[in-house]
Amino acid sequence: MSSINAKVQKGDYLCVLGENGSGKTTLMKTVLGLIPPIGGEIVFGEGLEQFGIGYLPQQSAVQRNFPATVKEVVYSGCLRKGKMFLSKSQKAEALKNMRLLGVDKMLNKSYRNLSGGQQQRVLLARALCAADNILLLDEPAAGLDPAIMEEMYKLIESLNKSGMTIMMITHDVNAALRYANKILHISKKPAFFESVDNYKNKVLELAKGGVVNE
Amino acid sequence: MNDMFQTLQYYFTFPFVRYALIVGVLVSLSASLLGVVLVLKRLSFLGDGLSHVAFGAMAIATVMGLSNNLALVLPITTVFSIMLMHRHRKQLQGDALIAMLSVSALAIGYILFNRFPPKGGNVSGDVCTTLFGSTSILTLSRQEVSISIILSAVVVLVFILFYNIIFNITFDEEFAASQGINTKMYNTFMAVVIAAVISLAMNLVGSLLISALLVFPAVSAMRVFSSFKKVVVASAILSVICSFSGIIFSILFGTPVGATIVAADLIGFLIMSVIGAFYKTK
Repeated sequence: MSSINAKVQKGDYLCVLGENGSGKTTLMKTVLGLIPPIGGEIVFGEGLEQFGIGYLPQQSAVQRNFPATVKEVVYSGCLRKGKMFLSKSQKAEALKNMRLLGVDKMLNKSYRNLSGGQQQRVLLARALCAADNILLLDEPAAGLDPAIMEEMYKLIESLNKSGMTIMMITHDVNAALRYANKILHISKKPAFFESVDNYKNKVLELAKGGVVNE
Repeated sequence: MNDMFQTLQYYFTFPFVRYALIVGVLVSLSASLLGVVLVLKRLSFLGDGLSHVAFGAMAIATVMGLSNNLALVLPITTVFSIMLMHRHRKQLQGDALIAMLSVSALAIGYILFNRFPPKGGNVSGDVCTTLFGSTSILTLSRQEVSISIILSAVVVLVFILFYNIIFNITFDEEFAASQGINTKMYNTFMAVVIAAVISLAMNLVGSLLISALLVFPAVSAMRVFSSFKKVVVASAILSVICSFSGIIFSILFGTPVGATIVAADLIGFLIMSVIGAFYKTK
C-alpha cells in the first residue's frame, strides 16, 4: 500500500474501496490502534478519542456458533478500557441501541440461532454502544441476502443522518457511490481520496479506457 | 447401601483420600472454567499439547530425582503455554506445531524414563502413572493441596470479577482490543493459569486424560445452554459433579481414579446431549 492522506470530518460517510489484499482492513486496524502505523500517523481531532470508536469487524466462524444471548453481546460493547461492570445508564443506553436496530425483541435469544442479517444488526448495536460519534464498519453487508443487504445499508444511512460519522470498508462500489460522501480508494498505485462526484468521473473515465489524471 | 457408606467412612479417615477428593474437585472446577474459554476460542488442542509437555517435564523431574516434581513441571509448562498462546495463531500450521510438540515431548519423556529409570521404580509403572495418574493422586502432599486450593480460588475469583471482560475477549478479541482492553496481557495470564491447572491435574488424571477435564464440561454445557453465563455456570457444576462421583466410584470399586473421572465426564456429556436433543434454550 502506498501513501494515504485522508481526512474524515464529523458527519462524513466515507467508503474505503480497493481490491483484496490492498490493505483496507490493515488501514482500519491502524486507525483502531490494533496495530502500530508502519509509517505516518493517525491524528484524532477534538471530541474523538482512541477508544470511542465503534468497530464492526468481519464475523468469524467461531462467532456464528457462539453460545451467548443478544443482550450479552450488545452489553460487551459498553466495556471501555478499565471498565469491569456495566452501570445502569449503560444498560439503558444498550437497550436504546438495540431498539434502534430492531433487535430489542430478541434480547434473550441466542446469538447462534439468529440469521446472518440479525447477527450483523446485533454486532452493529454493540458497535453503537462503543461509539462516541464514529463507526468503523468492515464489510457490514458481506454474505447477506440482497434484500437484507439493502436493509443494512439503509440502517447505516439513517445512523449517519442522525450525526454518526461512518467509515466503511466495502467491495460494493454501487453502495459506496449511492451512500457515501467521500471515497478512499486503496490500491498498489497511489491511493486516492476524493469526493464521490470526482470518484465517479474517474471510474467512468477508467471504464471508457481513458487515462485518469492524478 | 449401608456397606458402601461404611466403606466410604473408613476410607475418609485417611487424610490422603480426603486430599484426593479436595484436589480432584477443585482442579476439575478450575479446568472446566478455563475450558469454556479454550473451547470457544478453538484452543482445545492447546490443552492437549500442554499436557504432553507436562509429561516430558515430569519425566525430566523424575529422572533428576527431584522430591518436588511441581517445581520443574510448572515452569516448563508455563513457558510453553505462553509461547503457544501467542505464537500458534500467527502461524499457518499452528495446530501442526502443537501436534509436533506433543509427540516430541512424549517421545523424549519416554526415552528418559527408559534410559534413566528412577531408583527403585519400574519403567512401565512410572510411565503409566504419569500418563494415567493412577496412583499419584493418593500421594498428594499437603503443599499440593494448598496450592490447588489457592489456584482454584484465584480462577473462580478471576471469572467472577472479570466475567464481562472474559466474555468480551472470548467472543471477539479484536473488538475488545479496539475498546482499549489489553488482550495480550489477558492471554498471557490465561496461559499461566492454564499451565498451573495442567501441572496440578497431572497428579489427578495423568497427562493423557487432562484434556477431558478442560473440554468435556464446556462442550456438555453447550449442548443444552445458549447463553454464555449459563454455559460457564453449568460447566462448573457439571465438572464438580462428575469428578466427585468419579472419585467416590473409584474408591468404592477400586477403579483407576483418573480414568473413572473421565468416564464420568463422558456419561455427563451423553446425558447433556440427550437433554439437548429434546430441549435447547432458544
